[in-house]
Formats: sequence, C-alpha cells, structure tokens
Amino acid sequence: MTDNVDHSKRRLLIAATTAAGGVAAAGAGAPFVLSLMPSERAKAAGAPVEVDIGAIEPGTMISIEWQGKPVWIVRRTKEMLDLLAKNDGDLADPSSSVPQQPDYCNNPTRSIKPEVLVVLGICTHLGCSPTFRPEVAPADLGANWAGGWFCPCHGSRFDLAARVFKGVPAPTNLIIPPHKYLSETRLLIGDDSKGAKA
Amino acid sequence: MMNLIQKLIGWVDERFPVIETWKSQMTEYYAPKNFNFWYFFGGLALLVLVIQILSGIFLTMNYKPDALFAFASVEYIMRDVQWGWLLRYIHSTGASMFFIVIYLHMFRGLMYGSYRKPRELLWIIGMIIYLALMGEAFMGYLLPWGQMSFWGAQVIVNLFASVPFVGHDLAILIRGDFVVSDTTLNRFFALHVIAIPLLLVAIIGAHLVALRQVGSNNPDGIEIKKNKDANGVPLDGVPFFPYMVIKDIVAVIAFLMVFVAIIFFAPDMGGYFLEYNNFVPANPMKTPEHIAPVWYFTPYYAILRAVPPLFGSQFPGVVAMGVATMIFFALPWLDRGKVKSIRYRGPIYKAFLAAFVVSFVGLGWLGLMPATETYTLISRILAVVYFAFFLLMPWYTKIDKCKPEPDRVTFK
Amino acid sequence: MNAIKKLWVLLMAVPAIAVASTEIHLDKAPVNLNDQASLQRGAKLFTSRCLACHSASYMRYNRLHDIGMSEEQIKKDLELPEDVKLGSTMQAAMDANSAKLAYGVAPPDLSVIARSRSADWLYTYMRNFHVDASRPSGWNNTTFPNVGMPFVLADLQGEQVLEVEKHEGHETKKLVLKTPGSLTPAEYDSAVGDLTNYLVFMGEPAKLVRHQLGWIVLAFLAILLVLTYALKKEIWKDIR
Repeated sequence: MTDNVDHSKRRLLIAATTAAGGVAAAGAGAPFVLSLMPSERAKAAGAPVEVDIGAIEPGTMISIEWQGKPVWIVRRTKEMLDLLAKNDGDLADPSSSVPQQPDYCNNPTRSIKPEVLVVLGICTHLGCSPTFRPEVAPADLGANWAGGWFCPCHGSRFDLAARVFKGVPAPTNLIIPPHKYLSETRLLIGDDSKGAKA
Repeated sequence: MMNLIQKLIGWVDERFPVIETWKSQMTEYYAPKNFNFWYFFGGLALLVLVIQILSGIFLTMNYKPDALFAFASVEYIMRDVQWGWLLRYIHSTGASMFFIVIYLHMFRGLMYGSYRKPRELLWIIGMIIYLALMGEAFMGYLLPWGQMSFWGAQVIVNLFASVPFVGHDLAILIRGDFVVSDTTLNRFFALHVIAIPLLLVAIIGAHLVALRQVGSNNPDGIEIKKNKDANGVPLDGVPFFPYMVIKDIVAVIAFLMVFVAIIFFAPDMGGYFLEYNNFVPANPMKTPEHIAPVWYFTPYYAILRAVPPLFGSQFPGVVAMGVATMIFFALPWLDRGKVKSIRYRGPIYKAFLAAFVVSFVGLGWLGLMPATETYTLISRILAVVYFAFFLLMPWYTKIDKCKPEPDRVTFK
Repeated sequence: MNAIKKLWVLLMAVPAIAVASTEIHLDKAPVNLNDQASLQRGAKLFTSRCLACHSASYMRYNRLHDIGMSEEQIKKDLELPEDVKLGSTMQAAMDANSAKLAYGVAPPDLSVIARSRSADWLYTYMRNFHVDASRPSGWNNTTFPNVGMPFVLADLQGEQVLEVEKHEGHETKKLVLKTPGSLTPAEYDSAVGDLTNYLVFMGEPAKLVRHQLGWIVLAFLAILLVLTYALKKEIWKDIR
C-alpha cells in the first residue's frame, strides 16, 4: 500500500497544513480571549474623574470613585505634615523606594502639593478599604499613633502619607494613582498626561 | 524525547484504554470508501455543535436573562464587549447553519435509506437530537428579547394551550406566568444554556455509539461488512484515520468558508437569520404586523396554518404539526423497498422523494409569507404531499421496480 | 452532484420571491459607510436634531472615533455640554416621560433603528412629511401615516403638502413643496442621505471592520483549503 509514496512530500504537506491550521486556531481563539478584557462600558467607567477639592476642610478626607475603586483625597494640616517624619523609624518603606506612586509623588509627603494627598483606598494586603483615623494617640491605636489609616480586616496600619508600618500584614505603601491639577482647586484623577482633560 | 512520550502513553494506557480506543474507533474502524458529498454533514453537525457551545459560553458571560436588561445586554455584546459582535454573529449564524446541516444530513438518510435495518435505532436517536435541537433553538430565540422573540414565543406557547382539557394550564406551566414574561425568559435561559445542551451532548454521544456499532451506510446502500478479507477487514472499507478524517477536514474548511462569509458579509441574511423586527425591544402591548417563525421552523408552521380549525379549536392543526415532525420516527417501518439506496430504487420512489423535497421547501417558504387565500390553498396541497410521502410509503416502495444492488461499492 | 445544484437553485429562489412581494415603495438610500465626511455630517445632524427627543442609549460618543472624528471634533462639532463624558452613551435632551406627554408616544431609542426599519425606509420617511392640520403636531407622513413626531427638519426642507389628483376614479397622491426651506430639494435629499448613512453606522458600528476582516479570514481559509485538499489527495493515494 505504501510502495509509491513520496514521504518527503507527504511530511512537508502535513507540516504546512498543521502550521496553517495552528495559525487558524490561534486566530479563531483570539476574539474569544479578547472578549474577556474590559469592555467599552468598563473603560468608560474607568475614565479619568475630575474633582473639585476646594471644599475639603483641612484635616478631613473625601472619597471618590475611580475605576470602581475608592480614591481618597485628604487635605492635611500643617501639624499632620510635621508629624510625618516622626513615623519614619517605624515604617517598612519610609522613603517610598517601592514604586507605588508616580515619580512626581516620590517625596516625603507622597503628593504634588504637600497638603493634598491623593491615594487609592485599597489595602495592599488583600484589598480591603482601610478606615481613616486622623486623630493623634487614640486609646485603641496607641500613644505613638500620629494619624493615618487602620485596616479593619487584618490590622494593617498606614500613616498620613499612606506609608505602611512595620510588622503589619500589608507589604507595601498604598498606591498613589496618576493625577494632575487642572487648576488650583480642580484635580483630575486617573490621567497625568500633558493634554489630559476630563 | 520520543521514549519519554511513549512511556507516558504507556503509563496512561495501563490505567485508561487510550490505544485500544484509538485503534477501535479510528485506525481500525473502517468506513465505506465510496462516501460522497452527502456524507460530510454528520461531521459538520458535530463541528457546529462545538462552535455553538463555545460561542454560547462566551455570550453567557455578558448576557443578562432579565426582561429589563436582556435586549440592552445583547446590544452591549454587539458594541461594548471586545469582539462581542463576532461572538454573537457566530452564535446566531451557527443556529441557522445547524439546521441547514441537519436537514441535509437527514435528506442524505432519506436518499440512501440510512434508517433501514440495522440502523433503525441510529435514526431514532438522530430524530431525538433533531427534536431537542428544535427546542434548543426555540428557547434560544427568546433570549434577545426583541419583538420576534417575544411574539414567536407567545404564539408557540399558545399552541400548547389548544390541547383539549389541560391546554390552558399547560401553557401557564410552560410560561410560569399568564403571559410570556421575565419568568419565562429566565427559565428558557436555564433550559437553553444548561438543560438541553447537556441532553444534546448525551444523545449525540449515543448517536455516535450506535453509529460505531452498526457502521456507516453508504451511497450504494449495501453492507461493507459482508465482504471481508482474510484479516476480517472490510474490502470496501478504509481506516477512519487518517483517510476519512482528512477528507472531513477538507469539508470542514470549505464549510467554514461559507460560515465565515455569512458572519462577515450577511449575518442577518436579508432578515432570515436575524429578523428585522427583533431589533425592536419586546413590547407585550403591540404585535408586529407580520410575524413568522425563524426559517427552520416554517415548514411545520405552514402545516399548522394549513389545517382549518375543527370545532372551533386550533388543536387539529397543532396535531398535524406534531405528527409532521414525529412521523420521521416511523420511517424504518414504513419503507418496504427491496433496496436502500436511491441509486437502485425505481422511478416511483424517486418521484415521491422529489415531491417531498418540493413540499418541504415550499411549505418552508409559505410559512414565511402572510396567510392569504391562495397561499393557504397551496399550503394545503403541499401538506397533503408531505404526508403522502410517508403514509403511502409502504405501498409505493413495495410496488416500485428496483434495480439489483451491486455486490461491491461503486463510485459515481 | 446534479441534485445539489437543483436544491441550491430552489433555495436561492426563495428569498428572491420574498423580497419581490414588499408593498410600499421606498426610495433607495445613498448609504456608503466608507464616506466619512457624509457620516460626520450625519452625526452632526443627528445630535443637533434627533437627540433632542430620541436617545441612542447603546451608542457611546467616543465610538465616533470609528468614523474619523477626534476627541476635539466630537466635543466641538457636536456641541456637547461640558459635563457629558466621551465614554457616555447618547441620551435625549428631553426625558422620555415629558416626550410621551407631548407627542402621545415615547420617542423610540434610535440606536438600532436602521436595523429594524431599514435604511431605505428611514431615507424615504424623513423626506415624506407634509402639512396636515388635522394632526395634533400639524404634520403627517405618507410613509408612516399618523406619526406622532412633528417634522423637526421643516426649516431645512420647507413645507410639503399632499395633493390628491383624480383621474377617472383613479387617485394619485403626490407631495408638493409649497414653502421652500433653507436647503434646496437636492441639498435636503443629500442631508437626509447623510443622516441615514449615520443611522446605519450607528445601528452596527462593527460593520466598518467586519467587511475588511471578512476578506482576510476568507483568504486565509482559502489557503488552508488548498493545503488540506493537497494533503487529502496525497494521503488517499494509498487507496485505489
């Protein structure tokens, strides 16, 4: 039966067909996999958000939604900023060497303007949203507490520059999302490129 | 490397019959070597099943079975989900392609007598698949929640309401409500994505088991198992792998070209695959001017309309429609011909089969048209032809002058 | 193979007959999805006129990128209000309830109107409004009799009246332009053509990519067909 078979031709044809068939299968599979990526609706919901920060009282925080996640904007007081340096010895990464922030926020206050902190309110441990505790030395958090966030899920602590303390489950500082000032009081969260507008 | 693979196969084979199954089903399963064009459709039906299940799974990820959101979620898939439009068109085109392939597959069975002994059970299982597929398609058609979805379901469910005594309650049971509603949509969704697909996969498995047991028929309608060589290999058979597999792959590519051409260039097929009115959200207060089922149901729908109401009830029409679908089950016992294949049948059978095809296609067309007086008359004539094909079969197949069957398969 | 041919001819004949039996006369709409200038003019007309009452709630503004409009153009040309985001869907200026009170029916969403009504119908409909004092809105339409919608393009087309002529008991109706609008009839037809073109695009934005991609996929499958057929021939040399 196999006497007059040109084996090399057959092998070549099998290889070519298999290769082309493989490409076809990959091409057919691609749309299926890509359909799992965020849809236009999700992208629209994740679009940059414009916020007016003029009304935030010193020492308080507002929470806004960006990409379905909470973003906190805190207007820190002079006292709060002065106390930041005091925490350095107890922090896991006081100088923010892990890139959890855009370059323009890699400074002691982790912000563009020292008093205004913009931070993603998601714990870097397992994704809970920590509680804002701005008061100094409350009974439950101890005498050293100079204000910050406390995560109710697993007890992670962050200071008012959203830097993580040593000895808590969260491994890194909270994330600072890309943002920029459109004017003195108008902030754009989610886009820091030059021409960006809401 | 090769050694390692062989070891692995050996390891598995000791625990699971890989090699034995491969041999018995593929390399040492013999299919008639005179398979022609008509023998591609079984494999293609299997392909469409896989395509429908895959595209269906991905559609389910974004579809919402809720009367408030269903229509919008389909448009969401069409616009916002990346490549969602392609997934949707694959699935909607696949539904029609499934029926095209199945109808041609069944027609092949009629031509070559594939339902005759010893393949009666194979045919019956196939018919169960066909009925399940109709249910699957009907339920799926409600999901886009457009006007045709809604009113199509409304009309079909109301057919059950015409059953004497229990009909009214039966229709309520099916809908789960007094009208087609969110409840109906939700349960049709459950049936469409879970229940019937599971059933389909199971009975298609049974269909294949039965096929492997009796072996394929062929265009000559003779049994290749009658002529075997010294090793017990049928003389007119070729190993399923690689010969039939590669032949089927060529057909698959050709079929995919047609499939793809429809998906990319005519997904609504001039309103036959995706009906225009289904781009209007379902409105229980307003029936569209002209409603017709999707094309694959229209032959039966035309029969339904062709039967006049008796004693003020639509029930006779419903019965006629039911019988028209079910009568295929009886084929193995209606046919008394001496030969299986149309190649050796006499002129009478050929004429009846031709008339049947004309009546089926004709009824399919009439089912899409509004029921005018002329059309109803033609429907009635064609319905009679349709049933005559089956009911007169014991008679005309017996008196038909058959040609002698050959001993070995032939090529034409 | 003869039987296949016959079956095919029969199948192809079905849609042909079905199409032949439509009753109302519709003018052919000049749809050309490759004409971006026309689509953009249509988009402008759509947002300035239709969106006042109708929504297109499945259509996002940024989808207009597909017809060559930049972010700036979308915002400026369509005169979008400051607070409207490019990623948002097209909502009507008037809410559905007050529209229902005003016109008797809630104006339908227009996202997929071109798919349900067809381009030709829309093109014909928007050119067939005429003055009718008996209607609450003062307008009627020969394509959509007793339509609830007032004629919002009247300043462009002008006012048409329906004239009925009787010839030996045989009635012929025809629309005559009584008061001209700001556009000439030819300009108006072209503007409505643009609008129809846009509505077709909006009905299925994917149509723009689907045709191009279709050819690529078909070409690839054709190569695969040649390859598999050659392989089949080669392997079947064993038999016969």
